[in-house]
Amino acid sequence: MIRKLAKCIGEFKKETILTPVFVGFECAFDVIIPFLMAFLIDNGINKGDTKTVISIGILLIICSFLAIYTGVKSGDYSAKATAGFAKNVRKKIYYNVQDFSFANIDKFSTSSIVTRHTTDINNIQMAFQMIIRMAVRAPLMIVFSLIMAFVINIKLALIFLVAVPLLGLGLYFIATTAHPIFERAIKIYDKLNNTVQENVRGVRVVKSFVTQDKEIEKFNKTSELIYKEFSKAERIVALNSPLMQFTVATIIVLISWFGGREIVANNLTTGEFTSLISYSMQILMSLMMLSMVLVTIMISRASGERIVELMDEKSTLTNKEKPIEEVKDGSISFENVDFSYVDDENKLCLKNINVKINSGETVGIIGGTGSSKSTFVQLIPRLYDVTKGSLKVGGIDVRDYDIKALREQVAMVLQKNELFSGTIKENLRWGKEDATDEEIENVCKLAQADEFIKTFPEGYDTYIEQGGTNVSGGQKQRLCIARALLKQPKILILDDSTSAVDTKTDSLIRKAFRESIPNTTKIIIAQRISSVEDADKIIVLDNGQINAIGTHEELLASNEIYQDVYYSQVKGGKEE
Amino acid sequence: MENKKRARIDFKVLGRTLKYLIKDYKLRLFLVVISLLVSTASSVAANLYLQTLIDDYIVPLVGVQNPVYTSLMKAVVTMIIIYSVGVLSSFLSTRLMVKASEGTLKKIRDEMFVKMQRLPIKYFDTHSHGDIMSRYTNDTDTLSQMISQSIPEMFSVVTTIVVIFIAMIVTNIYLTLVVLAFLGIILLVTKFMTSRSGNYFMKQQQAVGNLNGYIEEMINGQKVVKVFCYEDRAKERFDKLNEELSQNVYNANKFVNCIGPVNGNLGNTLYALLAMVGGILAIKGIGNVSVGLIVAFLQLSRTFIRPINQVSRQLNSIVMAIAGAKRIFEFMDEEPEKDDGYVSLVNVKEENGKLVETTERTEKWAWKYPHSDGRLEYVKLEGHIEFFDVDFGYEENEIVLHDISLYAKPGQKIAFVGATGAGKTTITNLINRFYDIEDGKIRYDGININKIKKDDLRLSLGMVLQDTNLFTGTIKENIKYGRDDATDEEVYEAAKLANAHDFIMRLPKGYDTELSGDGASLSQGQRQLLAIARCALCDPPVMILDEATSSIDTRTEKIVQDGMDKLMEGRTVFVIAHRLSTVRNSKAIIVLDHGRIIERGNHEDLIAQKGQYYKLYTGAFELE
Repeated sequence: MIRKLAKCIGEFKKETILTPVFVGFECAFDVIIPFLMAFLIDNGINKGDTKTVISIGILLIICSFLAIYTGVKSGDYSAKATAGFAKNVRKKIYYNVQDFSFANIDKFSTSSIVTRHTTDINNIQMAFQMIIRMAVRAPLMIVFSLIMAFVINIKLALIFLVAVPLLGLGLYFIATTAHPIFERAIKIYDKLNNTVQENVRGVRVVKSFVTQDKEIEKFNKTSELIYKEFSKAERIVALNSPLMQFTVATIIVLISWFGGREIVANNLTTGEFTSLISYSMQILMSLMMLSMVLVTIMISRASGERIVELMDEKSTLTNKEKPIEEVKDGSISFENVDFSYVDDENKLCLKNINVKINSGETVGIIGGTGSSKSTFVQLIPRLYDVTKGSLKVGGIDVRDYDIKALREQVAMVLQKNELFSGTIKENLRWGKEDATDEEIENVCKLAQADEFIKTFPEGYDTYIEQGGTNVSGGQKQRLCIARALLKQPKILILDDSTSAVDTKTDSLIRKAFRESIPNTTKIIIAQRISSVEDADKIIVLDNGQINAIGTHEELLASNEIYQDVYYSQVKGGKEE
Repeated sequence: MENKKRARIDFKVLGRTLKYLIKDYKLRLFLVVISLLVSTASSVAANLYLQTLIDDYIVPLVGVQNPVYTSLMKAVVTMIIIYSVGVLSSFLSTRLMVKASEGTLKKIRDEMFVKMQRLPIKYFDTHSHGDIMSRYTNDTDTLSQMISQSIPEMFSVVTTIVVIFIAMIVTNIYLTLVVLAFLGIILLVTKFMTSRSGNYFMKQQQAVGNLNGYIEEMINGQKVVKVFCYEDRAKERFDKLNEELSQNVYNANKFVNCIGPVNGNLGNTLYALLAMVGGILAIKGIGNVSVGLIVAFLQLSRTFIRPINQVSRQLNSIVMAIAGAKRIFEFMDEEPEKDDGYVSLVNVKEENGKLVETTERTEKWAWKYPHSDGRLEYVKLEGHIEFFDVDFGYEENEIVLHDISLYAKPGQKIAFVGATGAGKTTITNLINRFYDIEDGKIRYDGININKIKKDDLRLSLGMVLQDTNLFTGTIKENIKYGRDDATDEEVYEAAKLANAHDFIMRLPKGYDTELSGDGASLSQGQRQLLAIARCALCDPPVMILDEATSSIDTRTEKIVQDGMDKLMEGRTVFVIAHRLSTVRNSKAIIVLDHGRIIERGNHEDLIAQKGQYYKLYTGAFELE
């Protein structure tokens, strides 16, 4: 995991390496300064030498300013490296997600993909910054300070050697004990958020069933659990600062006692005595910092794993070597096709599909909820791969094409239409980036959208809100059809895309298709019989199998399901 | 301007947060304050004692033949005592604080949730779900940081600064002046850095928002992206936003990263200056300065500067926490749903032709109506709904429903038909008082619904909405959502009525199948069937079906229809559907257009009228 993430440092290697280098210098100065201090006190003040006091003092000030310089530099480099690292990680996972197939997208929920781009990246960004700064600084400071302590007085330095590992052990113990509790608590926290989310979304349900009190009770139970778990963890963490203070106190007391005797015995000066106390402070601060780094890394480990999971997810669909770039025509043929979303022969969604569709034909598909109509058409642009059998477009198996080339020729209007924030024109240009205004207007006329677009004050420049919430369902569907038409595809698939359009407009759209794009193969999934009755052939799907294929008249005469659907609508439909 | 606003701490909000903290934990916090004071005092005392130790106990021994260490020993023991008190009280303060801070957070969360349940629907219309959610997550998180860490730290920092400052003045006034001068410089530098970084932090938040919004929109529409081979263009825009964020993150952190080393080393410079000035004073013998005094003073100055650095480093997070607290309090201060109702729903039994209130579940209900003259009336619950000249607008002065008058007698099925925005759903939302009418009157069994307690009114109404919301839990729990005391048999019955039983039995664990993520594993149609079963179990006298079968295909709908017909039997039902086959057999069909009733009558009447309904019906007009 770490290697994969480390790769994302990329062009920020220089900054990533320079940060610890400058941190090193910074530490060196931090250690030299107390040493110079001791010298100043002993050889300057104690000996009454004004010259030494002033010259060492100035040297000290220079050192401080150099330390400021290196500190600022390391801060700057680390900020740059961190921001760059996060940028690269984000880019890498986003790019990978763009390569996902439908199967990959189904596997991760939208919200989990988004959190990985945001919260999780935030966490590892923080950890990264800590690693290149504090995780370098703290051990260096400990080592430097220990060296200096030894230089000053070996006997007294031994105090550190005993106290520091003990403290380190204590801090490590606290961090590792608290961590699993925190992790548990965070899971409960997720549960709490889930309850809130359900209540926000389902507020109408809660209010109309008058279950507020029940929900409050549910929430209180979870929040009580959080309270208990977090308190437990915090209580352990609360040991941190007293433990550290205790060690500081012990060390200072020991230094005072033994140091005092050493001074009396003339083995130590008062200046050196002060330095030792400073070093003891520095070592302890560094240890504290180290334990903080440890906790952060632990917390961000889970995030790192989640990010790498997304990075490692390989698209289930790949191009063959030397893929075919051109789709000859819009003919489609399913040959013994089986399909399962989970690649399990016992859980087939499509069974033994055999259909031949000629280029330029109009094909209707009818079937109840769960009859796998959408699945059927999604195989054509190779949004999923067949489990068994072969699906050919233009006479060639779809797996032999370059995916992009294939999809450029197979336009599909999904059941779950999405428009994106931006003007109508921008939305339509999804189909063709460089489409002219005439081309756009032309397809909108075909999709019967031109008329209503022109009633908007800003026409084609009308701004569509995220998710297309400011146009009606029927308008949205027509815009989505126009967008697909702009691709000038050889095959056009409408997955229940005119359900919210009135029957008259619906028939106008179909008429326009017949007249303007006669050579495009059109596949239309519909609930309404009227949407498919004039198709060249109609496929009746039932439970993932083809129940019948025929024209409207044929099916009406012979197929029970088709008759059922027809009468359920006609009784309520046309009675003139 | 913006910048200044950010850097300032809102003391009102801070005060309110403190009040929350103090309210339930007075004694505990009192102890925390005491122990914080003791620990601060002891750390200062220990620092000062170092001077005494050197000057009075070590230096006199230097050069003495056979020195006697008993006095030094005594001094060290004193130090041990001082330190022990400090460590103990600091342990006490953090330990005691845990319960207070976690408890306060729990209280805030609970109160927010209770508050949320009392908010009117309008609030949810005008605030995005993400925004409400982030008050529970982001805002509470920052607040928790503040309560458990920043507030105690600030308190101890302030006391430390005050105590040490006094100690410094007592020790040596000249050296104190040097420290003060430096303090000014450090504060200036800190202010400069935080204001620069604050500026960029705000830009960073904005950039995060932009990028998140873009990612969310694109990932949501990822399938469309794939179908249109839009990947490259999606990457282009992403790169731009990503770069922008990265720049702002860099700039913001650059300054924050620098605060530590800059201030720390200014502290070092101060250290050097103090040593020089103090050294010269000691050598020249001015102001009674001893070596031990300088050593102690240097220690003091360190202890003085360190807390100031701590505060400056935390300044941004404190400001952020207060902003979070402000949003939380805003939420808590929202106007709750008003309920002045006094008519309640009670179980009754009939005795000698009179209704008598009872606590047992009799399947018979009545409105308990205490009149102003003290008379108590029981009105049988029948489901008779009347609208008299009702006007309504979501916003004042923006009327969306005009002059609506209609009635539904007990057991009648009334349908609303019309285009999107015609006001169909709005009318049903007035019956259960999700919104309150502007003008006119709505009566339920002859009682003005404003007089009925909202909860009781809603209990008497069953709702099935187009967007089905399910809850985490088993299918059975979901069906029982409105009636916890239902038996398993009743649950099966309801599910069979809604035609949901078959698909539930096909699930691996049947009725005990766990649903999560709003029942994401079920199809939209299946979810609607569950919602119908959930409503059926409650057995309400009045039902509102708002596009309740829109996601069920016509063939399945026909099968469900029998169940639905059974379900609707003997109830007053309001139906909204754009599939006209669903509404055909209604007692009355009301056609709405732009908030007005334009046609009404049964199917045959309306067809004969050859008006709007006829046009809709023959498919010459667009619905939805």
